[in-house]
Amino acid sequence: MHMADALISPAVGGAMWAVSGGLIAYSAKKVREEADDRKVPLMGVLGAFIFAAQMINFSIPATGSSGHLGGGMILSILLGPYAGFLTLASVLTIQALFFADGGLLALGCNMLNMGFFTCFIAYPLIHRRIAGNSTDGKRIMTAALLAGVAGLQLGAFAVVIETLASGISELPFRTFVLLMQPIHLAIGLVEGTVTAGIATLVMNARPEILATAGQEAPAGVSVKKTLLTFGAAAALAAGALSWFASADPDGLEWSMLKTSGKEELESGGRLHGLLDSVQKRTAFLPDYNFRKAETAEPGAGQAWPAVDKGTSAAGLIGGLLTLLLAWIAGLALRRGGVKSLSRYNRP
Amino acid sequence: MNSFAANSFDLGTMDALAAGNTPLHRLDARAKLLVTLLFIVTVVSFEKYSVSALMPFVLYPVFLIAAGDLPAGYILKKALWVSPFALSVGIFNPLLDRQIVLHLGEFGISGGWLSLTSILIRFALTVSAALALVALTGVNAICEALMKWGVPRPFSVQLLFLNRFLSVLAGEAGRMTRARALRGFRKRKMGIGTFVQIAGHLLLRAVDRAERVYRAMLCRGFDGRIRLAGHSHIGGREVFFVTAWGALFALFRLTNLPVELGYLLTRIIE
Repeated sequence: MHMADALISPAVGGAMWAVSGGLIAYSAKKVREEADDRKVPLMGVLGAFIFAAQMINFSIPATGSSGHLGGGMILSILLGPYAGFLTLASVLTIQALFFADGGLLALGCNMLNMGFFTCFIAYPLIHRRIAGNSTDGKRIMTAALLAGVAGLQLGAFAVVIETLASGISELPFRTFVLLMQPIHLAIGLVEGTVTAGIATLVMNARPEILATAGQEAPAGVSVKKTLLTFGAAAALAAGALSWFASADPDGLEWSMLKTSGKEELESGGRLHGLLDSVQKRTAFLPDYNFRKAETAEPGAGQAWPAVDKGTSAAGLIGGLLTLLLAWIAGLALRRGGVKSLSRYNRP
Repeated sequence: MNSFAANSFDLGTMDALAAGNTPLHRLDARAKLLVTLLFIVTVVSFEKYSVSALMPFVLYPVFLIAAGDLPAGYILKKALWVSPFALSVGIFNPLLDRQIVLHLGEFGISGGWLSLTSILIRFALTVSAALALVALTGVNAICEALMKWGVPRPFSVQLLFLNRFLSVLAGEAGRMTRARALRGFRKRKMGIGTFVQIAGHLLLRAVDRAERVYRAMLCRGFDGRIRLAGHSHIGGREVFFVTAWGALFALFRLTNLPVELGYLLTRIIE
């Protein structure tokens, strides 16, 4: 479910960065207000635990495929939503940096998809309401299953929306949704089962861990507050999207065309005029001849303007030559002046 | 070596690489982070059919790898490891977008293939640049940079802690899975029940460890703040690094150099 940089547009990535950055700042403030120094190492070690647990693969019964722990839910149960979100966000950051699992620009998307929906929606609105401080095994299992499924469904849906808004993938909305949601229903059930299992084990072995976590966590995030935050985040995202989308004509318009059949929503105003002129100027960039091709109506007979074969060949030759030049530059840099004093052993 | 051990072994490699001492290693982390983010944003800002215009951007990861004395094969292998997601979403493009948009002689290439190629090139560029950044800088220096940029302290401290305990807990998880594998018979794959037991006990150990760490920190005068011995600063080199690459990225973004080069070459041949 980790999104990659290659699949999103700067507008989507930037907007989601802004939203996730706000969530991090808010959670950090809340954690600081709790002023519990004990949580500092606990968060760090639990983040590392999630990482380590994700490295262990287990087989999913009856499918033959293997799964691993997502972790947002168990973190919320142990640390509360705010510290849980911060911890999961840090895990995602390290994954992006170390393993390139999810890109740097896509980091905001990933924090939202995997962190926000589990820690701020599924945990307080579903899990806490059903499980509470109950020690009943069935209740814990139901709560974890429902919350796991809800969190992953929302996250998967967000992946679809972000990918479509970026307009890099050709997958139509319906197909993509029908691909993503059922897969993540199964993953959500597994996640819920594992979460319930671990929570029960901890409750039996060391009940005080869960008890303190329950006390320290705020009595639950209120529905109103969550909806307000989410609304504000959505408005921010939409605003940022529409701003960038006009300057960068392909992404959103293209997906609008695919999903609604209309290339643009009607809009007016000076800003739009300004961006339009910017767009017209940038359209002169020698990006093959695609700009014309894209705005042409798909149904018309002479839809695709005669492709300039000269440009195509020039692009191919020039592209290959550029690669060769870059490679030679790299070799020259390595052979030449740059003296390395590094003392490590190469792997 | 099983994949688990290979993965946790990997954690040390990036840190070992970051301990190198080239001019690029010594550059302030903020400059490298900023240029890499700029690079990623510029690369993904191209329209979806761009292929040749993306080529000049190869220069940046190549520069980082060459001047930073990084093992190129290792970085590429790591990038390949995570490529399946990009490939799985992009692979539908050739099926769904069949309009011919490019002719090479008599051979027509559809838009779908072109956009898939573009996705894969973007992927290779952004992933290799990000990996090279970490291999040159290390997580500690990146956290320091984030702190200086005003990222909330609980988050940057959390990143530092996570980075510190990653290999510790990964090692512990590795020992637990190996112990299970040694005692298991033919049933090689772990079931969900066993996983819950192993993960649960790993969690209990993690909590105990956190408690010990906390006490040890209190003994050393921990007051809720982490102080880093920061020694890097923004100087002439950093300013030059950022402006030079910024200018190059702008040039690459605004002109399609490979096409110009190709025109020049075909004209000379004619």
